[in-house]
Amino acid sequence: MESTKKEQLIVSVSPHIKSDETTSRIMWTVSLALMPAMLSGLYFFGLKALFITALSIVSCMVFEQWYLKMVGKTSVLSDGSGFLTGLLLGMNMPASLWSFSPFTVHIPVIASFFAIVITKQLFGGLGYNVFNPALIGRAFALISWPKAMTIWNEPTAAFLAMDAKTTATPLGILKEEGLSKLIEVFGDKMNLYMHLLTGNRAGSIGETSAIAILIGGLFLLYKKYISWHIPVSFLATAALMAWIFGGKEGLFQGDPIVHLISGGMMLGAWFMATDYVTSPSVRNGQILFGIGCGFLTMIIRLKGGFPEGVMFAILIMNCFAPLIDRGFKAKVFGAVKQPKVKEAK
Amino acid sequence: MGTATFKGGIHPSDKKELAANSPITDAKAPKIVVIPLTQHIGAPCNAVVTIGQEVKKGQVVGEASAFVSSPVHSSVSGKVVAIGEFPNAMGRMINSVVIENDGKEEWTALKDNPDYMSLSPEELKEKVKAAGIVGMGGAAFPTSVKLSPPKEKTIDAVLINGAECEPYLTADYRLMLEKPKEVVEGLKVLMKILGVQKGYIGIEDNKPDAIAKMNEAAAGDASISVITCEVKYPQGAEKMLIKALLGREVPPRALPMDVGVVVQNVGTALAIFEAARYGKPLIERVVTVTGEGIREPRNLMVRVGTKVGDLIDECGGFSKGVGKVISGGPMMGFALSSLDVAVTKGTSGILVMPEEIVDHAEAFGPCIRCSRCIDICPMGLMPSMLSVLSEKGFYEEAKEYNLFDCFECGSCAFVCPSKRPIVQLVRLAKSMVKP
Repeated sequence: MESTKKEQLIVSVSPHIKSDETTSRIMWTVSLALMPAMLSGLYFFGLKALFITALSIVSCMVFEQWYLKMVGKTSVLSDGSGFLTGLLLGMNMPASLWSFSPFTVHIPVIASFFAIVITKQLFGGLGYNVFNPALIGRAFALISWPKAMTIWNEPTAAFLAMDAKTTATPLGILKEEGLSKLIEVFGDKMNLYMHLLTGNRAGSIGETSAIAILIGGLFLLYKKYISWHIPVSFLATAALMAWIFGGKEGLFQGDPIVHLISGGMMLGAWFMATDYVTSPSVRNGQILFGIGCGFLTMIIRLKGGFPEGVMFAILIMNCFAPLIDRGFKAKVFGAVKQPKVKEAK
Repeated sequence: MGTATFKGGIHPSDKKELAANSPITDAKAPKIVVIPLTQHIGAPCNAVVTIGQEVKKGQVVGEASAFVSSPVHSSVSGKVVAIGEFPNAMGRMINSVVIENDGKEEWTALKDNPDYMSLSPEELKEKVKAAGIVGMGGAAFPTSVKLSPPKEKTIDAVLINGAECEPYLTADYRLMLEKPKEVVEGLKVLMKILGVQKGYIGIEDNKPDAIAKMNEAAAGDASISVITCEVKYPQGAEKMLIKALLGREVPPRALPMDVGVVVQNVGTALAIFEAARYGKPLIERVVTVTGEGIREPRNLMVRVGTKVGDLIDECGGFSKGVGKVISGGPMMGFALSSLDVAVTKGTSGILVMPEEIVDHAEAFGPCIRCSRCIDICPMGLMPSMLSVLSEKGFYEEAKEYNLFDCFECGSCAFVCPSKRPIVQLVRLAKSMVKP
């Protein structure tokens, strides 16, 4: 009795057990899920892709530490969110940026600053940013250096090659010269699909291989790190729009497959639009969010001035995420079909 | 056919194996008992004994002072040595009667009435009230009040809650294994009091032997069904159990009686049977003393008023450096600051967590809006929003997110990857605004 009485007991609020899931594990797992796409980018675009991505990651992490230190907040290096932003930002840039003449190596660094400091930390840090930091970083770079950001290297699959030829992206060809020309460039339709699926085409470092992205996305789905709502509604809406309005010959003549597996569609739907912080948190609201992303993407692709619309579509929908959450408040248990008697009159 | 359940919920490791195979044994008679005059939801009792008075086992020491109240009885025979304020499990000071056990175990007159089922519903209800029976699942709401629905409410089903969804706890499980007949008899008494034709016993799927025992005990009575529920926390919450067993949803802020249901815990059913047949007051209950930090986890029949420290000693003491001692289960129980706290009618378990597994978690992160808490909230709330609004002091706004529909089951805080103290923030908000 005496021995037990002397013990110092810990008192805290219930629950007294917690799951072993942590924010940092989520961030690192998402980063892991991006590895197939990253490796595909390295395979097709070589060392330059590695340098650009590494530069983005290091910049994001350094800027985050610098800012937190400056404002006297505790370091959050270990939560992995800065790393993930840097990784996504790098994967959303062309490998051609690793060029010293003309000098464009500073672009990922400045984009990282915008992503981490302006978009994330100035809005309150992790959990409070309205916009997807990596996408704002990329949007800033695209608007500031439109030329450099649209120089696309040919996939060479020669790891050390530093002087790859430049070419147009499939979406660029589709926009300027139409589907028949695109098919002609790749030989035949089957060949075009194969190139788009495997990632053997021009584009941002991490966006080209639909299969590699899908592997990562399905892994996250299986691990329940993301739910189906946003990717499925996003891709289904885009496919429907592409099929109905995508053909030059009239309605219902478009090729939805080309649209789904080209540009940043897959990376956007699986990894960018599903960002927890900047998407709605109510599942039904996520479906509306996904539909909005798909719709705006296709509007921009088909009618806008840019060949690609994923980035702007997601950023626009980011604005609506809090509003969607308000509108789609989860249904309270027992709230419908109230069997209340109408006695109070 | 699948097992009955509700939407949402979590699957913590149930850890019931620690104490599940320990049969219920009588705890050592305590030398001294501290009997709080408030062990229930409702008005405190008035003490009806004085210091120095000799009392018998089962003698009333506190009388119910209001409709929503419940009398308390002495759990030992002996002498009243003090009446004063002692801390309860939540740390509140409660007026209590302290009785020194003389070891004679003299009962007030108990009468065996094998013909108790021929008593009228009113007489049976009076016995339940006189026995001081309250909900023994933890909330300790006076049972007689639940059995007195207003006339306009028609009750058509009685549910016995054998879900025992809190991890670690095995008290109800052992009762169903060892006293299935008595539990069924208790259900029949309840059905008679309420004039109900249909009784249900809901048990989680992880207790197949209890399901078999209860089925056996209820066999031949078509009015009683044993229903298997999915193993999921908080399956034993009243609203969740009603949804699982009957498909009925209790509207927000309403009571089970609003959908024609009365729910009672397994232990309560046993107490009701014993009150109806023997006139035995509620002076003891099964307490699971368990956890990784106790030497010999056991299920003990414990007198109300026994100090927690006595039970821990009886179970071999702490096995390693103690972290938390919790009254109740790990999801909704209260961490004790002292081992001198007395076991009450609502104490379902004493859980000892060694320091090495206690989650100190002083620091928590921002909400990353991952939706996990929204997905699992059994009440369909947005715990993420509630926690953020409360953290920032927007208590009124929290009401728009149905603050007061939260019953603090803790599932959200369990799944939160940022380890946010959501339950605490919800309680804070609730204390700052009116419903």
